This record gives sequence, structure tokens and C-alpha cells, in this order.
Amino acid sequence: MLDAAGVHARLRDRFGEAIGPLTGSGRDAWQRVDAAQIALVCRFAKDDPALAFDCLSCLSGVDWPKREVIEVVYHLYSYRLRHWGVLKVETPRDAPGVPTVSGVWPAAEWPEREVFDLFGVVFDGHPDLRRLLMPEDWPGHPLRKDFVEPEEYHGISTSRASLLRP
Amino acid sequence: MAGLGGFEVEVQRETPGGVVTEDMTLSMGPQHPSTHGVLRFVVRADGEVMKEAVPDVGYLHRSIEKIAEKVGWHGFLPYTDRVDYVAAMFCNHGWAMAAERLAGITVPPRGEYCRVIADELCRLHSHLLSVGSMAMDLGAFTPFTHAIREREYLNDLFEELCGARLTFHYMRIGGVGWDLPPGWLGRLTHFLGRFEPILDEYDRLISYNKIYAERLADVAVVGAEQAIAWNLVGPNLRGTGFAYDVRRDDPYSVYPELEFDVPVGRGEMGTLGDAFDRYIVRMREMRESCRILRQCVARLPDGPVIAKVPRNFKPPAGECYVRVESARGDMGWYVVSDGTAFPYRCKIRTGSFAAIATIPQVSRDLMIADLVAVIASYDLVAPEIDR
Repeated sequence: MLDAAGVHARLRDRFGEAIGPLTGSGRDAWQRVDAAQIALVCRFAKDDPALAFDCLSCLSGVDWPKREVIEVVYHLYSYRLRHWGVLKVETPRDAPGVPTVSGVWPAAEWPEREVFDLFGVVFDGHPDLRRLLMPEDWPGHPLRKDFVEPEEYHGISTSRASLLRP
Repeated sequence: MAGLGGFEVEVQRETPGGVVTEDMTLSMGPQHPSTHGVLRFVVRADGEVMKEAVPDVGYLHRSIEKIAEKVGWHGFLPYTDRVDYVAAMFCNHGWAMAAERLAGITVPPRGEYCRVIADELCRLHSHLLSVGSMAMDLGAFTPFTHAIREREYLNDLFEELCGARLTFHYMRIGGVGWDLPPGWLGRLTHFLGRFEPILDEYDRLISYNKIYAERLADVAVVGAEQAIAWNLVGPNLRGTGFAYDVRRDDPYSVYPELEFDVPVGRGEMGTLGDAFDRYIVRMREMRESCRILRQCVARLPDGPVIAKVPRNFKPPAGECYVRVESARGDMGWYVVSDGTAFPYRCKIRTGSFAAIATIPQVSRDLMIADLVAVIASYDLVAPEIDR
């Protein structure tokens, strides 16, 4: 069982500058990973006996318009060693693209589709990257901070007049 | 349908007798009595054998995660009830825990015990619906009426506790909304005394009923390694024989003070990790929940039930990921705060979401009628998938 600093040191030893400094405290402490290397880092994190992250517990997107990036956050858990690792990847908002990790954990397939759907991040190498929750032809990505809801969808209004107020 | 993927041209083949057959594409749902929510499967079948069942979700998507960004920390708590309307307390608990961890709030001991009581009652509530409707999905109506009867008593307890009979809402950031009503613990104990023998009755009525057990045995077998790779959680993971329970192995609240076992599948009716194992794990978990509830009643400490939390709650900037063991397993809450009165981001990771993603793999070459058994044995709840 490693703490966040131990996980960080292990990844730093193997990948050097591709792993950013450890930020935050406790088991929520996270490290930034170079976007191009994320699939390699994840493969190592899963196969390395000292890390043994056999479970991708959570994969989420976070939009940061001020910094013009979208973050993809990976919460890794090891059932064998009972420890946590948090990785973050930054990708530019105007052309977001991150290599898929679905080859490492099949569990990534649907969450990546969800992030693609709601944030517009393209996961390179994903076997079946389609929208998941929104209709195929929905304009925009709703979980982006600057998303504006369209007034209608195929002629169906997305708002309705109040029955109480004029 | 355009863009559903996975569907090639309809396959034609000729039988030795010279009969030409072709695959049929069926749409199961979105409204189907056994999908427990709005859920659609596109099934490609050769006769009654499924070649592929592709889930098509999103009909219930209500942007709960976006709502979180708009309504503030306290304000989002009632919305969490709707993430899993069959087991709302766990969602309450997860959100409250995330906020408390960000702000460094400690819940008073009595508040923690009240939470665990509410959680475990909710687990009974959810598992009863799961096993009852599972029997009904497979064609047995009576067990369902029994499960619903017991659930009514639970509803009465919940109504007294929090005023609701469906989307229970009892927890607050910092503890629970109010103390247990007078005499409520007595009624809870009375319920447990009546309910535990009923669990034996269920075992006699359905669990080891030959027809029921054989409908579930060897259906949709999932191994432990596969389950971990797919991130199956809760009873679906434990059904594979892998003993992992967040309450025991990554403890929160007052679970470390309580004694309970983690039931796992044993492959007693067929292959380890089949639909029957997932079912029987839920049956046994109900017993463990009763055990936990009795301990909580015996140990409930005095004192306040909620910590002091400002109305204008602004946790410092930061992020955390907390997990609770919901009725559908490990439920994760990834919450980012930017120091304002509104959460910056809230991601809810649920058990059903991971489970439904595996349906194409586990349903291959099963009979169409078995798809219902698979959905029921995974205990899928549609709003948990779509959120």
C-alpha cells in the first residue's frame, strides 16, 4: 500500500518530466500527466506490481474556460493493494483530444463516451466513440461552462411559458 | 437506426433443409416492464437466440451534474434523491460526505448513527424491490407482492422519519435534518423482529425454487477479474466471489464500529458469478443490514445530530472523491470546489452505469427471455445510468 506521494514517486521514476508535481493533500492529491503519454502511464500503473491499479474507479471531465483547457481526471484504485492514485490530463478547449485508456481498463469505454458527449473531448483510439446521453445531432456539449441551451430541438421548444406569471 | 453502431447488414443463412433464415433486429424498450426506468436495448436475434444486445441510454438524462453547478451546495442535496430513486439516502450521504470532506466538517456521532440507520433501511428497501421485481420479471407474480408488502412497512417508517415515501431526504451537510421521531426506534425494532423470519420465508418461496433457480443459474456468468476490469461494483462484484465492500474495506461513517459479514457468491446453483449468485448476495445482504440496524439501535449515542454549518456554505477551493456503498454498490462522488457558493463540478459515478456497459458482452448467445434475467440480476436503475 502506497500513499499519494509514493504513487507519485513511482510514476516520476519511470516517466520523469511527463508527470507533474503532486498537488493537494491526502488521498485526493493528484498529478498532471502529459496528454500524449496518458495511455502508457496508465498501462504502467496497472501492470507495475508496486502500483497494481486494477480498477479505474472514476473518469471525469472538468471544463476550465479561464485556462482554456478541459481536464480529464482519472481516479485509480488498487483492489489488491487498497491505495489510490489520481491522474489529470489537460487538453486545449478548442481541439480537445486525449488517447483512450479503454485498452488498459475496458471500464473506461463508457465514461470516455460520456466525456466525449458532454465535453467534446475526442479519445483517440476509442473503439466506439459515439454520443451516449444526448441525441446524435445535439448541438454543443452541455457540461461545458459556456454551453447555451438551444431554443428548440427539431421544432420542439425547450422552454415553456410560465402558467403563473405574465 | 442511424449511428447505433455494432450492426452489420442483416445476416442471411441457409439451413441444411434449404430454409433461408435471417437475423431480426428488435427494439426492447424504451418503456418495457422489466427495465425499471426508461431504457432501450437493440437486440439482434437469430430466432430466439440473441446475437447482440446493444444498450441505448439517455432517455432519462436530466443533467443532474449540470444542475449541481447552478443550485449551490445545500440546494443540490434534494436533487441527489433523484439519482437513484430506489435508494435515495445513499446519494444524500455521498454528496454530504463530499461537502464535509472539502470543508473539514465532522458529523456528531448521533448524526452518523442516524445516517447509517437510514442507509441500511434504504438498502432493505432497494433490495426488496430488486428481488421482488426480479421474480416478477421471470414470471412469478406472488413474490413481488410479498416484497411490496414488506416495503410498505418500510415506507411507513421512512414517512415518519422524513415525510416521503419515495425520494427520501433526511441527510444534510453536517449530519441529518432532525432527530429520530419519538418511539420510532421501537417501531424499527418491531419491524426487524417481524422481517427477519420473512427472509427465511423468501428463501423457501423463491431462492431455492427449482424453476426460479434454474432460470438464473449459468446465465450471464462474470468472473472476478472481468468484473474488476469492467468496474462492476457492489452485489454484482461480490456475486463473482470477490469479497469487497466499501463499508468494510474503505470504511466511512461509523461502519468500523459495527459488525457485519460481506456475503459473496458461491456458485451454489451453477457457475460462480452467474445471475443466481448476484441474486443470492442481495438476499444475504438484507440479513446483514438487519444485523447492522440492531447494533445501531443498541448503540445510538446521545447528543446533537448535526454539526454547525453556515447557511452560506463555501468550502475552500479543492477537490475530493468519496465513495459510499450504495444498494447498487460503490457510488463515487468527484466534487470540485472553486471556493464559491456553487460547486464547480460534480461527477457521480454509479454502479448501474458500469453494469449496463457490460450487457453486450454478457448477453451474447443467451435467449431473448434471458435478457430480462440479466437486467434484473444487475439490479439496473435507469436514472443512475443517465443521471
